[in-house]
Amino acid sequence: MSSEAPLKRRPRKTFDWSSAFIAVTVGVAAAIVYWRDGQARFLEILVSDFSLFVDILPKVLAACLIAAFVAVLMPRALVVRWVGAESGFMGIVIATLAGVICPGGPITIFPIAASFLAIGADIGAAIAFITSWTLLGYARTLVWELPFFGAEFIIWRNIVSLPLPIVAGLLARMIVGLAARKRGGG
Amino acid sequence: MIYFIDALLWLIAIVLGLIAASRSRHLLRDSVREGVVDCARLLPRIMLGVIGAGYIAALLPQEVVGRWLGADSGFAGLCIAVLGGAFTPGGPVIGFSIGAAALKGGAGTPQVIAYTVAWALFAMQRLFIWELPVMPPRLVWMRVVASLPLPFLAAAGAMLLGRP
Repeated sequence: MSSEAPLKRRPRKTFDWSSAFIAVTVGVAAAIVYWRDGQARFLEILVSDFSLFVDILPKVLAACLIAAFVAVLMPRALVVRWVGAESGFMGIVIATLAGVICPGGPITIFPIAASFLAIGADIGAAIAFITSWTLLGYARTLVWELPFFGAEFIIWRNIVSLPLPIVAGLLARMIVGLAARKRGGG
Repeated sequence: MIYFIDALLWLIAIVLGLIAASRSRHLLRDSVREGVVDCARLLPRIMLGVIGAGYIAALLPQEVVGRWLGADSGFAGLCIAVLGGAFTPGGPVIGFSIGAAALKGGAGTPQVIAYTVAWALFAMQRLFIWELPVMPPRLVWMRVVASLPLPFLAAAGAMLLGRP
C-alpha cells in the first residue's frame, strides 16, 4: 500500500462563487416569499426544510466517511482493472450496476464518485456511475418517486432509463478521446 | 424506508471502518478525521441548498409548468420540459411533485419523463451546491455534456414503447 503514489486530493474551499450565487438567489426568493405570502408561510417553509436538512445530516456524514475509507482501502489496481481507462465496455456496465445498488441520498454519491476517480477510475465509468445512481437508484425511486407518481409511471420511466447511463459513459469517453486527439494533432 | 437507507449507509461505513482499523489504528483515525472535516465543510452548502430550495419552489408557477408540458406539445414541449427540469431547484421533493402535478394536469408521459430525467441530471442548484464543491469540475462538466441527449432519448423510448 505504502508504495503507491499519494492520493491527489483537491483542497475544498470554504467559500466559492457558485455557492455565493445560490445564496443570493435563495435570499431574493426568500424575501419575495416573505413579502408576497407573509410571515406565516415564510416560517412554514423554513421549518419544513430545516427538518429535511436534519434528516439528511446523518446520510451526508456517513457518505463522507465511506468516501474517505474507500479512498484508502480500495485496492487501486483492482479499480483500474475494473473501471479504469482500459476497462472498455465492461467497465461502464460495471459502473452502471454499482450505481444501481449504491444506497444513499442525493449527496452521498458525489464524494464517493470523486474518490473513485482519484484512485484510478476512468471518467466515462465515473459518469456512468453517477448517471445510473441518479436515474436508476432504487433508494430515490422508492422513497421519493413512488409516492408521487405511482407504480406504473415509475416502471416505465425506469425501463426507458436503463440504457442511458451506458450512453452517457460512452459519450464521455468519446469526448475525452476527441479532445485528446485534437490536443495531440494541434 | 428512509431509515433503512440510513442504516445501510452506516452499516457500510462501520464495516469499512472496522477493516481500516484492522489495518492500523492510525489509518482509521486519519480517515475518520478526513471524512468528518469533509462533511463539516459541506454543511453550510447543503443547508443553503435544502432550505433555499423551498423558497425557490414556492415561487414556481406549477400550473403553468403543467400546461406547457401538454401531451400534444410535441418536440417543443420536450425542449421546454428539459429546460424546466434543469431550472427546477434540486431538493428531493420539488421536481417529483411538479412532475406529478403536471401528469395529473394532463401533461404527456414522454414530456413528464423528459422533465424528471432532466431534473435528475441537470438541476442547476444541485450542480452548483453539491457537485462542483465535491467533485473535480472537469468531471462535472463532462457529465453534463455527456448527459445532454439523455432526456430526449428517454422521451423517445417512452414514445417508441407506445405508452399512452
